[in-house]
Amino acid sequence: MTVVAYVMGGILSVAAALALYRAVRGPSILDRVLALDVVLAIIGAALVLNMVVNRHLDNLILLVTISLIGFIGSVTVARFVTDRK
Amino acid sequence: MVHDVVVSALLIGGALMSLAAGIGLVRFPDLLSRMHAATKPQVLGLLLLLLALAVDNRSWILVPVLVLCWVFQLLTSPVSAHMVGRAGYRTRHLRRDLLTLDELDDVVARAADGDHGGPGRTDAPDGGAGGDRT
Repeated sequence: MTVVAYVMGGILSVAAALALYRAVRGPSILDRVLALDVVLAIIGAALVLNMVVNRHLDNLILLVTISLIGFIGSVTVARFVTDRK
Repeated sequence: MVHDVVVSALLIGGALMSLAAGIGLVRFPDLLSRMHAATKPQVLGLLLLLLALAVDNRSWILVPVLVLCWVFQLLTSPVSAHMVGRAGYRTRHLRRDLLTLDELDDVVARAADGDHGGPGRTDAPDGGAGGDRT
């Protein structure tokens, strides 16, 4: 299980790096919102990995909170995007 | 032993969904195709990871909480994707040359025609408002 934890940590690190690259480079604010949503999903995956490895269930409420924050954030930003050219 | 193998496979699968989303975010050319890649870890990846958690804990008492968590994500992610996609379409953050079919373009054109058709009309109940709402 330790090997699985390290492998999954490496995969998640690479994924987070790629998503953060898009969040920095993204040509529009919608790309950045999308990339930060993916970063939130990766954080949720890391929380689940923490729960499985350390055998506790404390992070479940954080999972629900993270999906709520991602929803509110992306909807808010998408609502106020205007055609500014 | 079998439990550990199943949990490991589910965890690695969920992590690979995140990796696929990261690669898709970097490699895909425009906003709509990046949205296609970005929904993988939000729904399928979360499902695999929560299944791993359920299998690892071996108790049915946990399942309703996990179902609640997943259903909540399943309800909210299409709404936010719809909002982002609509804002992207309106502000033209998409590449027209990559589209094979744009059905919304016809609808927008028809709504615009309806608006120009009768500036002095007063008996059109939804012709003018439809263009604003879509």
